[in-house]
Amino acid sequence: MIKFVIKRLASGVVVLLAVSVLTFSLLYAAGGSIARNILGDTATAEQVALKEHELGLDQPLFVRYFTWLSNALKGDLGSSWFSSEPVASSLATRVPVTMTMVISAMIIIAILATLIGSAAAVKRGWVDRVVQIGAVIGDSVPGFVIGIFLVTILAIQLKMFPATSTIAPGVPASAWIASMALPVVALIINGVTGGAQQIRSAVIKQFEKDYVRTLRSRGIGEGEILFKHVLRSAAPAGLTVLSLQLIGMLGGVVIIEQIFALPGIGPLAVTATSQSDLPVVMGIVMYTVVVVIVVNLIVDLLNGWLNPKVRVS
Amino acid sequence: MSAATPVSSAQGQESGNLLDVENLVVEYPTKVFRGKPFRALTDINITIGRGETLGLVGESGSGKTTLGRAVLGLAPVTKGQVIFEGQDISHASRKDRRALSRDMQVVFQDPYTSLNPALEIGAILAEPLGVQGIPAAAAKKRVAELLDQVGLPKDAVNRLPREFSGGQRQRVAIARALALSPKLIVCDEAVSALDLTTQARVLDLLLQIQLDTGVSYLFISHDLDVVRHISHRVAVMYRGEIVEQGVSGIVTQTPVHPYTQRLLLASPVPDPDRQAVRREERRRLIDSQRELENQASIPA
Amino acid sequence: MTASVTPEIATGQTGTVVRSTAIRRLLKNPLGLASVIILAVIVLLALFAPILAPFGENYANIGKTLAAPDSVNILGTDSSGRDVWSRLLFGSQITLLSAVLCAAVAVALGLPAGLIAGYYGGLFETTSNWVISILMSLPGLIVLLTIRAAFGPSVWISMVAFGILISPSYFLLTRTAVRAVRNELYVDAARVSGLSDLSIMGRHIFSVVRAPIIIQTAGICGVAIAIQSGLEFLGLGDPTMATWGVMLSEGFKNVYLTPTLLLWPALAIALTIGALVLLGNAIRDALEDGEKIKAPKVSKVAGSVKANTGNHAVQKGTEHHLVKVTNLGVGYPQADGSIKKVVDDVSFHVDRGEVLGIVGESGSGKSQTAFSILGLLPDTARIVGGTIQFDGNYTVQPGDDRVNQQRLSKIRGRRVSYIPQEPMSNLDPAFTIGYQLVTPMVRVLGISKSEAKKRAMKLLEDVGITYPERTFKAYPHEVSGGMAQRVLIAGAISCEPDLVIADEPTTALDVTVQAEVLDLLRGLQSRLNIGVILVTHNFGVVSDLCDRVVVMQNGRLVEEGDVREILRNPKEKYTQTLLSSMLEGKTPMTMLVSTVEEVAL
Repeated sequence: MIKFVIKRLASGVVVLLAVSVLTFSLLYAAGGSIARNILGDTATAEQVALKEHELGLDQPLFVRYFTWLSNALKGDLGSSWFSSEPVASSLATRVPVTMTMVISAMIIIAILATLIGSAAAVKRGWVDRVVQIGAVIGDSVPGFVIGIFLVTILAIQLKMFPATSTIAPGVPASAWIASMALPVVALIINGVTGGAQQIRSAVIKQFEKDYVRTLRSRGIGEGEILFKHVLRSAAPAGLTVLSLQLIGMLGGVVIIEQIFALPGIGPLAVTATSQSDLPVVMGIVMYTVVVVIVVNLIVDLLNGWLNPKVRVS
Repeated sequence: MSAATPVSSAQGQESGNLLDVENLVVEYPTKVFRGKPFRALTDINITIGRGETLGLVGESGSGKTTLGRAVLGLAPVTKGQVIFEGQDISHASRKDRRALSRDMQVVFQDPYTSLNPALEIGAILAEPLGVQGIPAAAAKKRVAELLDQVGLPKDAVNRLPREFSGGQRQRVAIARALALSPKLIVCDEAVSALDLTTQARVLDLLLQIQLDTGVSYLFISHDLDVVRHISHRVAVMYRGEIVEQGVSGIVTQTPVHPYTQRLLLASPVPDPDRQAVRREERRRLIDSQRELENQASIPA
Repeated sequence: MTASVTPEIATGQTGTVVRSTAIRRLLKNPLGLASVIILAVIVLLALFAPILAPFGENYANIGKTLAAPDSVNILGTDSSGRDVWSRLLFGSQITLLSAVLCAAVAVALGLPAGLIAGYYGGLFETTSNWVISILMSLPGLIVLLTIRAAFGPSVWISMVAFGILISPSYFLLTRTAVRAVRNELYVDAARVSGLSDLSIMGRHIFSVVRAPIIIQTAGICGVAIAIQSGLEFLGLGDPTMATWGVMLSEGFKNVYLTPTLLLWPALAIALTIGALVLLGNAIRDALEDGEKIKAPKVSKVAGSVKANTGNHAVQKGTEHHLVKVTNLGVGYPQADGSIKKVVDDVSFHVDRGEVLGIVGESGSGKSQTAFSILGLLPDTARIVGGTIQFDGNYTVQPGDDRVNQQRLSKIRGRRVSYIPQEPMSNLDPAFTIGYQLVTPMVRVLGISKSEAKKRAMKLLEDVGITYPERTFKAYPHEVSGGMAQRVLIAGAISCEPDLVIADEPTTALDVTVQAEVLDLLRGLQSRLNIGVILVTHNFGVVSDLCDRVVVMQNGRLVEEGDVREILRNPKEKYTQTLLSSMLEGKTPMTMLVSTVEEVAL
């Protein structure tokens, strides 16, 4: 088991390095004149050259990458070219907001999708039809469009929730909850409808297995068959779906935060992107990939734990 | 060990056999890095004469299917030779195989997965003909002949496999094997998935085809009764080796190898009183074999 | 390569035949038809946008901002006085084109790579797996933000990038399909026929992945539209182009003044993606074989009328039979409202300590009969006639259209148990053998876990397992098929049942193992004096175990009698044919059932 974890961690590090090389070269090789972008059209050629030297842009790409990497290993991801704020510290203040939402959304999705999906698989009939229709609607309306309408109707028109966030360091938890309620709802709807649909089909597939019939013949009750055997066997499929949803959500949350004006990663990412603030963009990509690697590791471990073939050997 | 060259020893030609398998070894690499390869077949020697049926019997995992696949070029030959009409084909290229497919064909066990569900029967039967460059009109005529030969209606040409029963599908598979009038057909558990009455009809068909065309069969089955019924000679496989082979009547009735003896008495007969006798014989055989084994294991 | 010409033509012909029926079925489905119409309308609007749009996409009438709909601007104007309807039309052009571009890039990369990786595996597959694990760990929007930061705002660059990013979905889909097909026997047969790898892929493998690829593409286009609009909504799109995302963004800026500006682009996005999703679902339904069986209302109504809750008393003088099946009929409702009978008017009984064999070929209804006694028929099955009684009480009363689960759950596992055919698939791979033996005893007999464990050990010893302790702790994948079947037999007798129903209990086993398992069953049966219903197609197994035999064909009972009587002097023609098909005692190399002329018929 330990060997398994080390192997997965090592491959995670390789992925992280590969992504950093790719992103770094993409960002720095493609950008036309970064210094001119920063200084504006009125800057003279000398000023531009001076700025390029200051940012280290006159050095070859691989030298710049290794400088970045060695700094990054020390925890220094550089500073914003525009605000001069260190990337690491602006990530540190914003990641908690984003991750609070993402993690709570994922927990809610996991619970609701499992309950609804299993109910649809077991009861069939109208529950099943509602889930099927819900899945089509969920697939049709992007999460951010749902977010826009939630804000417009519930916050702006009906004034039931704050339209913009009141989250700041030191505000009470109730303010966090009030500010995050709608964004989380916007984040989970697609996940719940899609996830319920997937869990429904995984559960139906398991119920068709021979061993279920044998369990019934032994006098084991339907509830025990569902919760102990079927859901357990359907879990790997469910975990894969959830991990893919989480990866997607790391992107989706950017738009949601923008809509609800939440001080998470989203607004930082949008500003940095439109300004081509490359150190910040690079930092955001790295944070995302680290989250994804950790999530994938957890999913692998859970799957290994669920599968006796892996666990025993 | 070059591909498809005339055999220098000319053993195959001398013997005049259709197929000679000599000292065949098949190994599969294991997934483990630098792991010891899995040996599926050890030192196999069989021959099949023209118009002859060699029955190959053994339990699951005995390697009988692998042997058939090695002959067909679907399993890797690690050592030894597969000689067909005097040509060593153990490492034949795809091109050589295309030429060989005129002479060597296959009927698989499962009539449900051995026919592409998306293709019509006509297209399935025309496939081997198309590979040989036979023009479409001639191929169409041949397909009609084949359907007739295996007892299927003419309108089957435009129908999909799912419209046919298991037995009928197996007839289609036999027709596909017959398309190029081969000299050898490998039948891999060709009747095992069929019902009793269907199995009897398909066995009749295979015998009739042999009478009409003089084709040879390598007939692979786990069922000693089936093998006894259709074979001239029988080889018994056990754990990747051939433990006994010879004339069908002798191997299937008075076997010498302990495993074949067990196999023979394990298969129940359709009469309660005779079965009770056989059960008793089997129990005695197993006791005596166990005793022999115990004696052998006592260090001298 | 003249050789491959003939089959290629044949493939084309077959392909069209199959596709045309699928398309017809697609258009018959109301949702499928609706989605096709909606998409067609959107495509037409996009194509003729320059003609249909009353204004240019960026024509601004500064004197008429945020105007309500009127006869000139049918959907009103935005904050710069631009016509909303015209911008919607032009937006559809870009939206559709970008979705198609994205899907095209993804297919062009994912499909061939998936084909090669699935068919050959090896180094190419290992390398692709690495690339894919990287691509799949990148959230789409974050990558697009990076691309935007590097290359500036361009719909086309971002859609090419998203196409690359999403290509693993095609890769995985193709590889899974190809892997499944690669080991199919028909691919082996094609190889024996000398087909080249390229022909095999084109002919046998591509035909399998084609449909899933189309379905996937519908979904991918929807995702592309969603992410594209999201990017534009963030203000990171090309500001000179009218797109739905840009319109959403502008609408959101004026949400306090004119919230309706949000409505139109949101509706357009939802409608387009929704139509794509429905199209994908409809294609899937159209391609799935056999129409879905709707539970016909007729039988439901009939069932509810007939549903009788009272307990009928069984016929006098039959109480002593352990099981009595009387005129049983089992059927499956079909799409057209009819019922397909698989068991028809079957009657027999089993007494205590007696072994009854049910013999028949596939489709004879022998297993369905057994499962109706166990109450384990599939949900769609209906009892269409007759009764079943167990130990003097009905489990299927006259008029019931289903097995009464309440009554059966009291006896199932306790008094009636089951031995299945396939040993491996009938054990849950996630639990130890010990757990799977102990739990039913704890639940059914109400004994403690430690007591149940003691019993389980004894049972494992009884069924001839040499190391019960080791087997108890093992997972199903760690034991052989023969041993797994012994475990299942141990499970079947664990709660000391009166009746065991064994469905082809030795068919999946090797002959030598079959003999051992038959010995075991015979020993247990006579020692415990249990009644057994043995479902089999093998007369050898029948003669080894059974006291009486029932022969079934096409759902009907053909003949019933003492085992010696049936095997030696069968009365019915069908039984005679069955027995004459046996190979034992026949002269080798002779025709079995047919004369020489008959073979060809």
